[in-house]
Amino acid sequence: MIDLSLILAGVIVFGVGAYVILDGFDLGVGILFPWMPDDAARDLAITSIAPVWDGNETWLILGGAVLFAAFPLAYAVVLPAFYIPIMSLLFALIFRGVAFEFRVKALTSKPWWTRAFVAGSTLAAFSQGLLLGGLLEGVQVGPGEPASKIALQFTGGAFDWLTPFSVVVGLGVVAGYALLGATWLNMKTQHGLRDWSRRIAHRALIGSLIALAVVSIYTPLKYDWIAERWFGEMRWLSLSPVPLMTGVVAFSLYRELNHGSHYPPFFYAIALFLLGYFGIGISLWPHVVPPALDIWEAAAPRQSQVFVLIVLALSLPMVLIYTAYAYWVFRGKVEQGAGYAH
Amino acid sequence: MDALLLSRIQFGFTIGFHILFPTLTIGLAWFLVFFESRWRRTGRDHWIELYRFWVKIFALTFGMGVVSGLVLSYQFGTNFSRFSEMAGPVMGPLLSAEVLSAFFVEAGFLGIMLFGWSKVGPRLHFLATLLVAVGTTNSAFWILSANSFMHTPQGAEWIDGRLVPVDWWAVVFNPSFPYRLAHMLLASAITSALVIAGGSAWCLHRGLYRDAGLAGIKAAITALALAAPLQIAAGDLHGLNVREHQPMKVAAMEGLWETRHGAPLLLFALPDQAQQKNHFAIEIPKLGSIILAHDPDGEILGLDEVAPADQPPVIPVFFGFRVMVGLGLWFLLLAALGVLTWMRGRLERASMLRRLLMFSTPLGFVATLAGWIVAETGRQPWTVHGMIRTADSLSPVPAASVATSLALFVVVYGVLLASYLYFVLALVRRGPALPTDHPEAIRGARAGELLPANPQEVVHTTGARA
Ligand code: HDD
Ligand code: HEM
Ligand code: HEM
Repeated sequence: MIDLSLILAGVIVFGVGAYVILDGFDLGVGILFPWMPDDAARDLAITSIAPVWDGNETWLILGGAVLFAAFPLAYAVVLPAFYIPIMSLLFALIFRGVAFEFRVKALTSKPWWTRAFVAGSTLAAFSQGLLLGGLLEGVQVGPGEPASKIALQFTGGAFDWLTPFSVVVGLGVVAGYALLGATWLNMKTQHGLRDWSRRIAHRALIGSLIALAVVSIYTPLKYDWIAERWFGEMRWLSLSPVPLMTGVVAFSLYRELNHGSHYPPFFYAIALFLLGYFGIGISLWPHVVPPALDIWEAAAPRQSQVFVLIVLALSLPMVLIYTAYAYWVFRGKVEQGAGYAH
Repeated sequence: MDALLLSRIQFGFTIGFHILFPTLTIGLAWFLVFFESRWRRTGRDHWIELYRFWVKIFALTFGMGVVSGLVLSYQFGTNFSRFSEMAGPVMGPLLSAEVLSAFFVEAGFLGIMLFGWSKVGPRLHFLATLLVAVGTTNSAFWILSANSFMHTPQGAEWIDGRLVPVDWWAVVFNPSFPYRLAHMLLASAITSALVIAGGSAWCLHRGLYRDAGLAGIKAAITALALAAPLQIAAGDLHGLNVREHQPMKVAAMEGLWETRHGAPLLLFALPDQAQQKNHFAIEIPKLGSIILAHDPDGEILGLDEVAPADQPPVIPVFFGFRVMVGLGLWFLLLAALGVLTWMRGRLERASMLRRLLMFSTPLGFVATLAGWIVAETGRQPWTVHGMIRTADSLSPVPAASVATSLALFVVVYGVLLASYLYFVLALVRRGPALPTDHPEAIRGARAGELLPANPQEVVHTTGARA
């Protein structure tokens, strides 16, 4: 039999990856918002993401829904375990999402919606980092009450996710998204805003690399199973391209920024993210909820997985095509004044 | 309060908030399709004015629907994780189908619909509008299938402590699904028709935008005249279906404490769950049996068939039902009045009708919420009827966390709703004729904010009749 759990895990990896990159750049634009040169630049920046942010966020919903469908046990363990960061992520996304609509229409309250947009974007990124950091640190799982039908459930405390490490990862995600946002603006805008975004991209790059380094050094030191995954049986040899490529990509990104290129920095930033993501994947594999649950233990019954796969096979190619088309329609530089000059 | 009650309140509150927006967007999306197609067909200005005006309200409403819906897709896990673990194999795939067949479609084409006027041709633009409407309706299809499964589960079996779908066709097309889907889509049609009718009546009342106002009110009255009678018929069938599968819900709707033949219809009463009886009952003999069993002496099961602990809370179900049905009858009357006035060619002058329409603008939302309260509260104490109890569905999360998030939801949603209404009213006050066909103006940027994109492009004022 084909291993459906493996395929569906691949779909989730793909969906979350798409989410991190796509919503990453538009959250990044929100994170950088307060430091932009002036209000006209801010309006331009928000115009560049307005037509696509909703589609970007839909990848997050897809990740959640497929996790629910294909690995219900993981969904049922992870969400209560991270109740607080998830709620803060949701509230953050609420404020940010409505700010798109309200900010354009507001008269006196515009500064408030600007703040809501900034706070929402930043808090959303930070909460995602807390989630990732908390997940890497592991989730405490135990059997359900004897009377209930529950096999396994979360048995830890409400604040288990809060550690110095998860906070560092949170800051790292903020920096990383800022990097994506800055390189996006460098690609989509011109003149003043573009020059500014290249300067800020340098700083975001440094922040992201520091966070990446902390994660790479800390996790194998603290967790034997992660160390084993990377360094056991000479595996480091076959995995060594990952850190090496990371170095190469980071350096190329730096160089392209200095050259003032339009498109390459954004794609190098994406590559950097993908490498980091890949590295985390290697550390976690094959767990969905470390250290207790791997993808086969958390898997839904075959009937559920088949249904999801059929729906995916029918719709995902179309989703990819029209998503690409939507980006194509809004390609090129955002026009100055095409939005709302003040 | 314990985590159970808090989680239930939180879920009911957040989903009750969410449904306000889809109810409007589903219907409004089809109205927009209609307006744009009329404009393409006739080229008359007032159709595009109508489109432009309502698309702004659509965009606002859609945004609210998106952010409040995002919350829900994670709330199953945060607040009802044991339910998610047991029912996930059924619910998860249905929600995934919704994401893939609805949310991506909506999100993908909404950008083109709102910002794409100058980027794509008119035909593609129309296609985008159409696909957004199809997306909203797909969304209703899948989510209502999931919800209906929780009321009338079939096609799934308990295997190793979870509900395993054995027959997907039976799961998706479970017994209450066709009724619920029809009833909800009609509720959406009614709600959006009432909103459009109210807005148009307001314009006519103030003597503004005559053509757009008349076209809008006619479209809305037509939709209402079709949907209101159908809704009553669909509701009746829905009720018969509930009686078959969830008799205790019907007993709560009717306020019937004892099983009896020839049950009366209670016009009013104050049900008392502690004493298991009604106070101040005003009843019409036998009518209950006639409506529910289509037989004056038909037997209707009462709440005494189950232990008090297994009864649903009667008060919300009982009153929710009366509010919904009362409003259903009122909408029928309103539609009849509208059609009569129209046929007598007096739409423009009938100030009474206009007042009634303006007054009724929000009532579709009220009926929809009342209906959901009937359906969901009436299902208690089960999350999946007869299979999973609400008390066994809860997450292992401390009550303090739930209380905090609930308080935040109340505050945040309060602020959002107030802002939403404020911006919608501001848009309505500004009316349909906007100074420019600039994409940002279409989405509601203030006139003063608009500068020509380049000197050649003149900012023209279409029909500033005001
Ligand atoms: C009858 C229709 C209906 C019902 C009962 C629900 N929804 Fe909904 N939902 C919609 C109809 C809809 C919609 C029309 O498709 C929305 C409203 C506006 C919008 O953006 O799409 C939407 C938006 C929406 C979104 C954002 C989609 C996006 O980003 O485009 C999510 C994640 C959910 N919903 C999830 C839910 C969940 C988990 C529900 C139940 C527990 C639920 N909805 C009930
Ligand atoms: C969109 C319109 C809906 C409204 C207004 C609504 C309303 C409510 C209300 C008021 C409650 C609380 C009932 C009580 O505890 O007394 C509730 C509970 C619940 N509903 Fe719905 N509901 C809607 C749709 C759905 C859908 C589509 C689903 C599932 C796909 C769903 C699943 C649930 C669950 C899991 C609970 C929590 C358990 C419970 O308290 O019963 N609901 N809903
Ligand atoms: C006047 C005649 C009406 C009748 C006889 C009727 C009947 C019913 C019944 C029996 C239910 C409960 C279904 C369940 O518990 O599973 C219900 C639910 C509902 N009703 Fe009505 N209804 C009427 C009018 C309306 C109107 C005018 C609206 C809104 C505009 C509306 C909106 C709803 C909604 C949203 C629900 C919950 C979803 C569902 O279960 O379908 N109803 N209705």
